Amino acid sequence: MKNVVLIAGRELSSYLKTPSGYVIAGVMLFFQGLVFNGYAVGDQPTLSTEVLLRFLEVSGGLTIVTGVLFSMRLLAEEKASGTMTLLFTSPVHEGEIVLGKYLASLAFIALVVLASLYLPALIFVNGKVSYGHIASGYLGLFLLGASTLAVGTFASSLVKHPFLAVLLTGGFVAILEATFWVARISDPSTPASSTILGTFAPYYTHFRNFRNGIVQLSDLAFFAGIIYVSLLASTRVLKSQRWR
Amino acid sequence: MIVLDKVTKYYGSHPAVHDLSFEIEEGECIGFLGLNGAGKTTTLRMLSCLLLPTSGRVTVKGFDAEEQAHEIRKLIGFLPDRPPVYPEMTVKAFLVFAGKLRNMDRAAIDRRLPKVLDDCGLGHVIDEPIQNLSHGYQQRVGIAQAIIHDPALLILDEPIQGLDPVQIVEMRNMIRGLRGQHTILLSTHILSEIAQTSDRILMLHEGRITAQGSEEELAARFGADGRVRIDLELRVAGGAGAAETVQAALGAIGGVDEVDFGSADDAGVVQVTLRGRGDVREAVARCVVEGGSGLLRLEQKESGLEDIFVQLSKEAEA
Repeated sequence: MKNVVLIAGRELSSYLKTPSGYVIAGVMLFFQGLVFNGYAVGDQPTLSTEVLLRFLEVSGGLTIVTGVLFSMRLLAEEKASGTMTLLFTSPVHEGEIVLGKYLASLAFIALVVLASLYLPALIFVNGKVSYGHIASGYLGLFLLGASTLAVGTFASSLVKHPFLAVLLTGGFVAILEATFWVARISDPSTPASSTILGTFAPYYTHFRNFRNGIVQLSDLAFFAGIIYVSLLASTRVLKSQRWR
Repeated sequence: MIVLDKVTKYYGSHPAVHDLSFEIEEGECIGFLGLNGAGKTTTLRMLSCLLLPTSGRVTVKGFDAEEQAHEIRKLIGFLPDRPPVYPEMTVKAFLVFAGKLRNMDRAAIDRRLPKVLDDCGLGHVIDEPIQNLSHGYQQRVGIAQAIIHDPALLILDEPIQGLDPVQIVEMRNMIRGLRGQHTILLSTHILSEIAQTSDRILMLHEGRITAQGSEEELAARFGADGRVRIDLELRVAGGAGAAETVQAALGAIGGVDEVDFGSADDAGVVQVTLRGRGDVREAVARCVVEGGSGLLRLEQKESGLEDIFVQLSKEAEA
């Protein structure tokens, strides 16, 4: 655990010292502000809950995009810059490298998600929504970001170039979300989210419950599962690199 | 300390290292010499536990590289061909991080840091971000991270790659300064460098050891008596075909194996290099003078690594 904290601490400090993290965070917050004013609030009288729902809906997509972009900073960057060699030749387990890198990016994306909290707070100026609904929505955003980063960690363990990691993460996320639409098209009579295929879609199936203010154990288990499997697979990939 | 036993490493169907066996004693400074693609980096990466052999066994201080890589990693410091540094960190912050990665506590790092900075000549840039340093200094930081935990085994892969002549001299002195403190393995394809820094040289060609020993031992075994260089003025002999006549006469001298005949310069002076066995200087001088050419210079050159390396590479190719 000491090594996990060490690697995560160095990585987080790098996020705070280099511009790439701020640029991605800044772009996300800019678009969230734009969406809140232009789409969620709009120019017509709208129910406060509707404003929150619209805001969370688009924020979910933006959080996924942010997670995908952050995947360039994960393992692929260490490989591209050659610093992975330092970690690999130190008495550090592969799982500690994966977890350290992941936790640092998770902490940063959590900060980015929380930084937009002032937007739903603005609803209270002219309306009223449940604090629980906001908490549920933000938990969903956090888990969506966490799962995207975990998938990004796995993708970046497979390639050497940060840009390829972004493309691969985007591809994996798109495939997961596409399962919802495949399920919907193949069986229109059944809600896609209740089919086996549809349960693989983090945003369409699971995040929507959080967005609607519903926190279910099955959704929490899904996100925990996808994070665990992705990080385990990343560790296995790193271990296998000694055999190449 | 290090034993490689019949180690083979394949990349796909291509054997990068083939049936490699050698032993290295504690405290030795070993130079791996070979052309690009000879298997130097692959060998060092297997010793650093970055790669596993396809077959064979690698052990460091009795620890098996496959089963006990974690134990070996505690013993080694590794500088790859590109220094593994985080550019945004300061030299000090990076070395503290590298020390902690090697299980050192902060007090131990603070005790060790002055010596490392002194050995690597980094004292005056300790608070500089690494990205502001020249390539030579980044390479020094790379070595500093490799020795921060005072490892028993220091592995340097192409440590002078990309350095300018002044930096090469500085790096050479730094490596010399580290001899005796660690067992050192270093690789390079620059012949002069390895001769000046290593106790023993392992020559690799296409994944196999073609020779090993000190420079003197290799010269004695492979180089025989080396080369004779002569400068001739062919105009004295006059006439067309003088060069061919002299070349044939030199080649006919007993003990001369090879005659490398250069082209004449504006003054008609030709540089000729003879490779052979035994002392052929007197015979060469007589041959040149009796042939009517002017002997402007005659110099015996001791066989260097270059000759041995070329010879061994040719033999391996054959």
